[in-house]
Amino acid sequence: MYAQLVKSEAAEETEQDRAFQERIDRKEKIEPKDWMPEGYRKTLIRQIGQHAHSEIVGQLPEGNWITRAPTLERKAILLAKVQDEAGHGLYLYCAAETLGISRDEMTEMLLDGRMKYSSIFNYPTLTWADMGAVGWLVDGAAIMNQVPLQRTSYGPYARAMVRICKEESFHQRQGFDIMMKMAQGTTAQKKMAQDALDRFWFPSLMMFGPSDKDSVHSAQSMAWKIKMNTNDELRQKFVDQTVPQAEYLGLTVPDPDLRWNEETGHYDFTEPDWSEFMDVIKGNGPCNADRIEARKKAWDDGAWVREGLMAHAEKRRAARVAAQ
Amino acid sequence: MSALGPLATRMGDNTLILGHRLSEWCGQAPALEEDIALANTALDLIGQTQMWLGLAAEIAGEGKTADDLAMRRDVWDFRNLLLVERPNVDFAYTTTRQFLFDRWHLPMLDALSRSSEPRVAAIAAKAVKEATYHAERSAELVVALGDGTAESHDRMQAALDALWPYTGEMFIGDDIDAELASEGIAPAPESLRDGWEEAVRTFLADATLSVPDSDFAHRGGRSGARHSEHLGHLLTQMQWLQRAYPDATW
Repeated sequence: MYAQLVKSEAAEETEQDRAFQERIDRKEKIEPKDWMPEGYRKTLIRQIGQHAHSEIVGQLPEGNWITRAPTLERKAILLAKVQDEAGHGLYLYCAAETLGISRDEMTEMLLDGRMKYSSIFNYPTLTWADMGAVGWLVDGAAIMNQVPLQRTSYGPYARAMVRICKEESFHQRQGFDIMMKMAQGTTAQKKMAQDALDRFWFPSLMMFGPSDKDSVHSAQSMAWKIKMNTNDELRQKFVDQTVPQAEYLGLTVPDPDLRWNEETGHYDFTEPDWSEFMDVIKGNGPCNADRIEARKKAWDDGAWVREGLMAHAEKRRAARVAAQ
Repeated sequence: MSALGPLATRMGDNTLILGHRLSEWCGQAPALEEDIALANTALDLIGQTQMWLGLAAEIAGEGKTADDLAMRRDVWDFRNLLLVERPNVDFAYTTTRQFLFDRWHLPMLDALSRSSEPRVAAIAAKAVKEATYHAERSAELVVALGDGTAESHDRMQAALDALWPYTGEMFIGDDIDAELASEGIAPAPESLRDGWEEAVRTFLADATLSVPDSDFAHRGGRSGARHSEHLGHLLTQMQWLQRAYPDATW
């Protein structure tokens, strides 16, 4: 879902393709130097790149509150969390680089709109309770998708996921902890907590991508084990897990049709507004322009630093060569 | 021991304000590695703040906590160096500010780790390990960017020229310092000047940067007598939630 709506390339059917698919079916890991179909490579670059960009853009809505964190401990925890996200971005860019694309190329593609990031980060964080909601709901949804990806067919991606998942569960716990404090706090804090859930509930459900019946790229990605579960399976699992947590917090999920279904053993719930989702994906979410502007500014303002560091490293290298 | 509280407050306010400044970079650094390193340094400094202001609060008594000191004091009660409240401006200012501070912070903590006051020695012993890494990193960056491209050199020189007048305050002692030094709790500020200057000049030479020849020193931060206008804005943001919702716990 950090990589929602990833367009997958069509597979061809040569002898080599069939042998490749058999390796995947035997649950062998594909490694960077192994032969792979071009479609597999391109789809993975898109998916891992989008996932990496989501980590980096995802720093912004939380970074928005680091300077206003209410206590030293909350500030330290939030700093550690956002730092982890930058680290996740780094592992993921490295995993994508093994497929023959550079981090700089991917960054340029993010900035000029050729690559996407998760729609969730185009929603604003307006109160401190949003730091709780992001950890609880957004990281909760991310974990739902990432745990199965630890078994994905591409080795470097699967291994990056193992490291990331360990840290994500800490993030979710700290988010829930903030929500708990808010939900048990003053009237104003409770209001903030409910408001955060109201604003983040449906955007969190959108994180899993469109309904399976409208998800055109899923089948090939699932055959390649790049995608391990369908969008609807994961969304249902998320709702089933999250609703009791909201009840525990004494908060109301903003869905009047939400109810437990004895027959299916799952909650029935209202689908998010998919036209809003498509708007956000097209660039019309509340924060799309601000997020890209922030990333562009960091990239442009930092150009002289990157160039300076490279120039110095080159001088050092030349001096070492001359001394030999 | 009446000077112990002011020492802990000065140390803690330095790390609080500098840590806050670094945290303003989150998500905006020139490269992902720098973003991570800045957040990491900020995190270390906020952790040190918890220890120093925790000690200051303990000495103040009345059930005060480190958070009360960080979030409920006004500008005139802060005792940080003027240097650390200077705005980030750009990566050159931020890096240079860090370098000038780290080269003082490291020997200061090293001396404090041998303090006659065990609580001070314990905090410093923990912090000095982190400060060692900070000092290595900021010196490397100063050398690399000073000796990088023409643009990076010029930006670093401009930052150094602007920040240099804020370094002298680190080495000007007062009655509190004299008391701390006489009891073996903290080194006299003046005693750290030569070592600082030698280290700073060595790295700046490697960085091909010129040391400004003015020895004028702005002061008023560590005494609290005259902070810059910048500190009030920083506090406005940092303390907002605690001020707006004074009855809440977070």
